[in-house]
Amino acid sequence: MNYWEEEKECMSRNDLEQLQLERLQSTLFRVTTHVPFYRKKFKDEGIDPDGFNSLADISKLPFTTKDDLRNNYPYGLFAVPLRDIVRVHASSGTTGMATVVGYTKNDLKTWSNMVARILTAAGVTDEDVVQIAFGYGMFTGGFGLHYGAERLGASVIPISSGNTKRQIQIIQDFRTTALVCTPSYALVLADAMAEMDININALSLKFGLFGGEPWSEEMRREIQTKLNIIATDNYGLSEVMGPGVAGECIERNGLHINEDHFLVEIINPETLEPLPSGEVGEVVVTTLTKEGFPVIRYRTRDLAKIIDEPCPCGRTLRRMSRIIGRTDDMLIIKGVNVYPMQIESILFDIEGTEPHYQIIVEREGRLDKVQVLVEVVESLFSDQMKKQRQLVDHIKKRLAAELGIGVEVKLVQKKTLERFNGKAKRVIDKRSL
Amino acid sequence: MLKIRNLEAGYGKLRVLKKISMHVDAGEIVTLIGANGAGKTTLLYTIAGMIRATGGDIVLFEQNLKASSPQHIVKMGCSLVPEGRQVFSTMSVEDNLILGGYVQYRRLKSYSQAAELQSIYDIFPVLKDRKNQLAGTLSGGEQQMLAMGRALMAGPKLIMMDEPSTGLAPLIIKEIFKIIIGLREAGNTVLLVEQNAKAALAIADRGYVLETGKIILQGPADDLLNNSDVQRAYLGRDVDSATATCDII
Repeated sequence: MNYWEEEKECMSRNDLEQLQLERLQSTLFRVTTHVPFYRKKFKDEGIDPDGFNSLADISKLPFTTKDDLRNNYPYGLFAVPLRDIVRVHASSGTTGMATVVGYTKNDLKTWSNMVARILTAAGVTDEDVVQIAFGYGMFTGGFGLHYGAERLGASVIPISSGNTKRQIQIIQDFRTTALVCTPSYALVLADAMAEMDININALSLKFGLFGGEPWSEEMRREIQTKLNIIATDNYGLSEVMGPGVAGECIERNGLHINEDHFLVEIINPETLEPLPSGEVGEVVVTTLTKEGFPVIRYRTRDLAKIIDEPCPCGRTLRRMSRIIGRTDDMLIIKGVNVYPMQIESILFDIEGTEPHYQIIVEREGRLDKVQVLVEVVESLFSDQMKKQRQLVDHIKKRLAAELGIGVEVKLVQKKTLERFNGKAKRVIDKRSL
Repeated sequence: MLKIRNLEAGYGKLRVLKKISMHVDAGEIVTLIGANGAGKTTLLYTIAGMIRATGGDIVLFEQNLKASSPQHIVKMGCSLVPEGRQVFSTMSVEDNLILGGYVQYRRLKSYSQAAELQSIYDIFPVLKDRKNQLAGTLSGGEQQMLAMGRALMAGPKLIMMDEPSTGLAPLIIKEIFKIIIGLREAGNTVLLVEQNAKAALAIADRGYVLETGKIILQGPADDLLNNSDVQRAYLGRDVDSATATCDII
């Protein structure tokens, strides 16, 4: 088993908590002195940043939200003068206006280190050829993985996203061993290769590191079989740093959080109360070492749970589950909370369907109506109306059992739904709520 | 090895240390930098038991130190090299050293004073040359070495040094700092308080920046050297000039 920073990744929980407390106290001091937003916020809520004795006290601090970041657009939350900032990124803007983040020299060093940790945990070494098919530019995914892989000493191919044919050619010609992209794009690549009749086993690909969007265990299985690789999940968001906040080890059973740099809590998104480990809620992150852009209790709107059990890999850093959805992805259909990820899991599980789907929500009169469009394998579409009907019934039943509401299911021909190079957009909500 | 949480201490009504949290791991050189009056010496004195903490915890080798006396703390393996050497100037060099060794002398049956003295003379050959001289006749640098040797005679696991570079010529400082690096290589753990931030960060593994009784920054020493706040405040460097390099060591 390989570690990148064993003394940190395997440190005793007691030592880790000491380190977290020290770092948190100095982070609080810095945001109160350097960031007017936090100073005002603490003052308004009567919080004494000095009255901070243990990590549990963090629950007394106010949250920071995406709106706070937007209201301080572009540089309002930076904790150092602009001349100390050496890089600026912006969030991918999945849900609206972009938010701007800045990094000092030390931040970039830390970031590369965090990503190198995650790459190492996923099995990548300095001998690997890493193809980075994340978008470069303002999005943190490309550059984050890029510098981390360089730090690790791997050979980096900065191909960026898109141009599937060229990606495949480079995988073949450059003998890429590790692929970095979104999970949905991995499937696009896999399908394209199948179509081009490429022998997967003749490729050098060994590892896939996927992130940037939620995906399911079933999708992992599909990617692993179709590309014959070890597929691991990694997590990060530009507001707190970018990729490298957490990542899966080779056990592929939860993402180790880099807890010496990030304090992660899970809260109930409605009551805002902290949840015990094991319960699903919104991920809230406090940065412990960021200099340029520290955030206190940032509400990520991502949903996950903490896994407390020790991991066989030996890392003592706690794990979080895969992201099972976003609070703003959550659809309330007929009063029931539905996450697209639930639907995805079921579809991937059913024989005869392709891993491409779309969820359309409409309102007819006063009633919500959900329609799920699913691509099916060609053989099924050509004839056999009966088999099609059976499949539709089967999917409906499974969905109804899992979600507790009835949904319409429509089978569509292969390749009729839109494909995504970056983050997939699976839900179309036509209701004007 | 040493863990401090939310430590508070002061003199009378004056609160000097405000919620200090820090730690020192075995085999590290950790430096504490800060301006005059930031509370550096107070922190060392509080760890050494000379000032009573008013709040928080000091845990040394898994034992809570808060109510321990200075002599007990020395016995536990934590020695202080005080600022301004504080050698006993009317005693000979060797007597100063022997005095430092009494803690071990009482504890260990196999204690060999000669061997212990020799190990100190190996580190500081100049002290052997001057062993019969009165400590007060030594130069500043030699007195600093004597103070360090005296602390080492107690066989400490953690050595705390308060401003070892004060009042010394640059060449001597260089020598003293080399000795500190040597101490770490020999397996010792050092908590070093310094005003000479650049030199201290150059030899340390990690550092803490103390300002008006609070720790405002902490991290790996080279990160602190690169931190522009530290550069502006303690390294006397304009940010626009080249990145911090260390020419003292």
